[in-house]
Parts: sequence; structure tokens; C-alpha cells
Amino acid sequence: MASLELRNVVKRYKSQTVLDNLSLTVADGETLVLFGPSGAGKTVLLRLVAGVIDPDEGKIFIGGEDMTDLDAEFRGVGMAFQNFALFPHMTAFDNIATPLEASRSSQSAIKAGVQNVAKLLKIGHVLSHKPRALSNGQKQRTALARALVGSPPVLLLDDPLRNVDAKLRFEMRLELPRLLADRGATVVYVTQDYKEAMALGDRIAVMSQGVIKQLGTPEQIYREPANIEIARLFGDPTINLLDVKPSRDAKGIYVGLSNVQVHLTGAYDATVGRDCVIGLRPEALSFVDESTPAAIPVTVEAETPLNEKIVTLVRTVRGREILVSRPAGTPGQSEGRAHIAVDGKSALLFDRASGDRIGSKNVINLRSGEAA
Amino acid sequence: MEHTSLLERILRGIALTLVVIFFMFPIVWIFMMSFQTNETILRIPPQLVFKPTLANYTALITGKLTTAAGTLDIAFMRNLWNSVFLSVTSVAVALLLGVPAAYAFARHKFRGSEDIAFTLLSFRFAPALLVLLPLTLYFQKLGLANTYIGLIWVYQLICLPLILWIVRGYFEDIPADIEYAYRIAGHSWFATFRKIALPLAGPGIAAAGLLAFIFAWNNFVFALVLASADKQPVTVGALAFITSSGIQYGQISAAIVLSITPTLALALYAQRYLVEGLSLGAVKG
Repeated sequence: MASLELRNVVKRYKSQTVLDNLSLTVADGETLVLFGPSGAGKTVLLRLVAGVIDPDEGKIFIGGEDMTDLDAEFRGVGMAFQNFALFPHMTAFDNIATPLEASRSSQSAIKAGVQNVAKLLKIGHVLSHKPRALSNGQKQRTALARALVGSPPVLLLDDPLRNVDAKLRFEMRLELPRLLADRGATVVYVTQDYKEAMALGDRIAVMSQGVIKQLGTPEQIYREPANIEIARLFGDPTINLLDVKPSRDAKGIYVGLSNVQVHLTGAYDATVGRDCVIGLRPEALSFVDESTPAAIPVTVEAETPLNEKIVTLVRTVRGREILVSRPAGTPGQSEGRAHIAVDGKSALLFDRASGDRIGSKNVINLRSGEAA
Repeated sequence: MEHTSLLERILRGIALTLVVIFFMFPIVWIFMMSFQTNETILRIPPQLVFKPTLANYTALITGKLTTAAGTLDIAFMRNLWNSVFLSVTSVAVALLLGVPAAYAFARHKFRGSEDIAFTLLSFRFAPALLVLLPLTLYFQKLGLANTYIGLIWVYQLICLPLILWIVRGYFEDIPADIEYAYRIAGHSWFATFRKIALPLAGPGIAAAGLLAFIFAWNNFVFALVLASADKQPVTVGALAFITSSGIQYGQISAAIVLSITPTLALALYAQRYLVEGLSLGAVKG
């Protein structure tokens, strides 16, 4: 098994910098999810690790060894591509067998290895088919099997669920963590789907424009996003963002929402009088009685039942729209006037000018590789 | 409805028949001429019914051309062999050199790669007659005039750019990820070239090879100037049938039939590769 380290890696295409002095360490056996919009440099990062493209600057270590100048075939990584990249002229069996052939395994070992992983991924019955005859889901599993079969210490998965249908994606999201944990491999998983990122990652690295904006556990990313952009990317329905200007009274720091003072828990002393944005997760809001302290009067605009939860769009007296999410079956209001309460503990406060979260003390600025 | 579609079918049938007749008529006529003597060929009006003779083929195969002026030695079988040898060897050499070069041009964009590739293509632009004179002088100096090696070398002007440019396109159509996947699986770049790139570009290589073969086979002017009788291909050798006692239409026809047979057979055999090759790029792996 092996850890993975990228040290000050820079990659440019023409004049465009795709990866900007990026450093990253993935512990042995850890699953790290690279999350970010397209063009963030996620795929380029994977390819650098795989060795199919070379960095302009910086070093790549696998298992403590400098692999920067080593060709792809010597790095001992497994990779599944977003577009599957199956060999169209070979059967599924031969496709999966290629890593074993390269390691000069015996015929019987190859056969056993392929059948083993095929059984695990439930594609045993289509091994004799060419990729053309496989469904998208089968193609995806074949590509995954090919990456897994050699039990590589480092596994690179480039958005493998991107091109499969919703049902299969859901199934695989359940299956994959166990599959990856069983292998014990160090995994770098690229995705644009925040649910996938939350479900699979031990840690998530949020990338944007060639830089890692935040690195942390799924919970940290969700509860303590480094900035507004990240807060918006994680969560469905998306976080409510409202412009506020915090003030102070005897009970502490508060923000005014529809003339109601909502007190915040946290070290927000420095924010008094500054232009801020408050982030309220829809599930941190709840419908309450009028008599509740700090209840905010609202008008219900629309309600969307989503089976397991109900999302309600409400409008404050000042005309701002807010989404409220509650588990299905819990009491709420589906029309007319209502009151909501804010959970002051889970509210997030961002600086309006920079977009950075205020008080994000444990957020590491990875641009320069040191804590900020 | 029924009536219209029937009419449509009839019209289409007629149109197809006309096209087939238009293109096949010369070949059929030459085929028929090859079984006639010069006298029956030149009869006016031409006759469809005649007494077939194998005399033309016998003359070609034995190499003895009997004319009114006497018996003439012709080297047709020798020419045919030269054609086969020159074309096959030229295409083989061009494939050996062109396919790896095409791969390099397709996969590695190095400084000036586009210029080099274009220069190679530009050999096809130059009229053959323009380069023939200097080429002849050089070849005489180098001792390459009237040698197979010299001819095969010159034939590369025809074959190499063709193969390079066609095959390069096929290599470029292979998604790079497929090759990356094979490399990551632990195979060398050469294994990747052999096991992935070559098979996937196979139909394209076959198509390019076939096209180059036909171009090489049909070449006339290089061989006319650079080769003497014993190295000449059929295209040049056919000139021998224009004798002092007249043009030997029967033998020319037989010679044409014999000389188009290899290319025709090859084209028919390779047809499925050509079609497969043309459609491969359209289907996403």
C-alpha cells in the first residue's frame, strides 16, 4: 500500500495555468475526493499522478518514492476514466485482463483474477462481449474492474459514475465505499456531484481554478465551508444566503432578520458593523409558533414535497426568499402566514467582500501549502 | 401509393442500370476484345457474336507476338511480375516507414512536426515531370537508374505521403484515453502502439495500403523514364503492342485484363475493410 503526495505541482497549457502550485497529501488507504466544477483541474491532477502527462514544476511521490519522471507503466496505479476508455477491439475479459498481462501473470492466474473481480462487480455474464455490446452500466463496471483487478496500491477514479443513469449511480454510490475499503487502496476520486463526494470521501478537496480551496472531512466541508462558493456547492436545497450587518447587544452578537434579532454563537466580535452574508442551511430553519422568541414572520410561497423531505419557499416581510427544509411527516405550514426560527449555532457568517467564512480558523490555505 | 412506389422502383432500377452500363461497358468491351483477333475487332460495324480465341493470351504468356511483319518478342509476363514486385515492395516499405511516422505525427506534437508532415504531403503536389529530369541525372550518378531499389525509392513519392496522411487521421481518431489506459495498466509505449493503436487503425491502414498499391500500380511516367525493358511494369510494357505493323488491339485488351485483375481482386477483397474503416470513426468506442 502507498500514500500519495503532490508537492508544489504546476501544470500549464500554453499560457493558461491549470494547476497552480498545488500540494496535496493522501494518506495510505484513504479515499480523497476531488470535488469542483469542470475546468478546476481535477482530471489534470489525476493524469499527473497516473503519469500520462508531466508536470511543468513540482514533484509527485507514491509510497514515498519520487515518481515524477517515471512513465505511466511503472507507477503501479489503477485508473478508471470518465469515458470508460475501454479497448473496443477486445472482449470485456481481455479488457479487464490487461493489467494482469502486463505483470506477466500465468494464464490461470489471469483467469482467476478477472473472474474474481467480475463477480464482485456483477459482470461475470458479459465477459465474452465486446464493449460495443455492453450497456453503459456494464461498460462502467468493466472499466472499474480493469482498474481494480491488479490490486494497485493507488486507485484513480475519474468521475466513473458521470455517464451512467441515475439508478445505477445510486447503487454504485452505495457499493463503492465498501468495495474501496475492502481493497485497502489509496483512492483519489474525482466527481462533480456533492452527494457522491460526501458519500465516498474520507476527506474532500474542493478545487477551483487549479487551486484547492478547502480540504477537510465531508462534515467539515458541510458545516464549516471556507467560503460562500463552497457553501453553495454542498447541500440540496442550496444554502440560504442573506445580506446582514451584525450588531452587538448585552446578549452578544446578533443579526437583524426582518426586524427580529437573531443571536449567533461563535467568535464574531470583529464583524460588528461589517457587511456580511449569513448562510442558513434550509434544514437549520424550522417552523415555529408565533410565541417563540426570535420567531421570524414569513409568508409561504410554495411547497415541494420530495418524498423524504419537504422544501418550502417562504418570503420574509422584507421580501427576501428563504428555503426551509424539513423531514416529511413533521409539522409545518404549507400556506399563508407562518413563523420560522433560526438555529443560531449552525448559522454561517461570511465576509461579503471576500466571500470567506468568518472564523474559519482551521481552514488551511493550500495555495502556499501552509496554514493561514 | 402502391403504384407510385412501383414506379419509383422501376425508375431507380433503370437509373442504376444506366450507371452500371456506363461504368462497366469499357471493361466488358475490353474483356470481349481480349478474346478476338485484330481482324474481328476492327470490323465495322462491331459484332457482339464472334468466335472466341485464346491466341492473345497465348501470345502474352509465351512472349511471342506474331504480327503481319513477323514474330516479335514481348516481355509482358516479365512486366506483370515487375508491376507486382514494385507495387508490393513499395507499399510494404511505405507502410513500414509511414505507419510509425503517422503515429508519431498524430500523438506527438513537436516543434515543426506540422511542417514536416506538410512537406511530405507536398511531394504529391509536384508534377512528376518536373522532378523527373533532375531525378534521372541523380540516379545515373548514384547508380540507381534502372534498378528495382531506385524505382521503389521513387515510388515512395507516391506511396509514403498517401499512407502517412491517411493513417495519421486514423491514429488521431483513437481517443488518447484508450492508449493512456493501456499504459497505466502497465504496458510500454511500444506495446500500446502494437496492441492498441495498430489494431484500431487497422482498417485505415488497409485502406491506405490499398490506395497506395493502386497508385503505385498505375504509375507510368516514373517507370517510363527510370527503367529499361527488363524492369518496366505493365503500364510501360503495354507500349510494346504499338508495333510497326499496327496496334495490336487484341493483345492490348488481354494485357489490360491481366493487369487489372490483381488490383481488382485486391479491391474486392479489401472492400469490407474499406467500408469498416470509413465507418469506424463514427462509432464511439
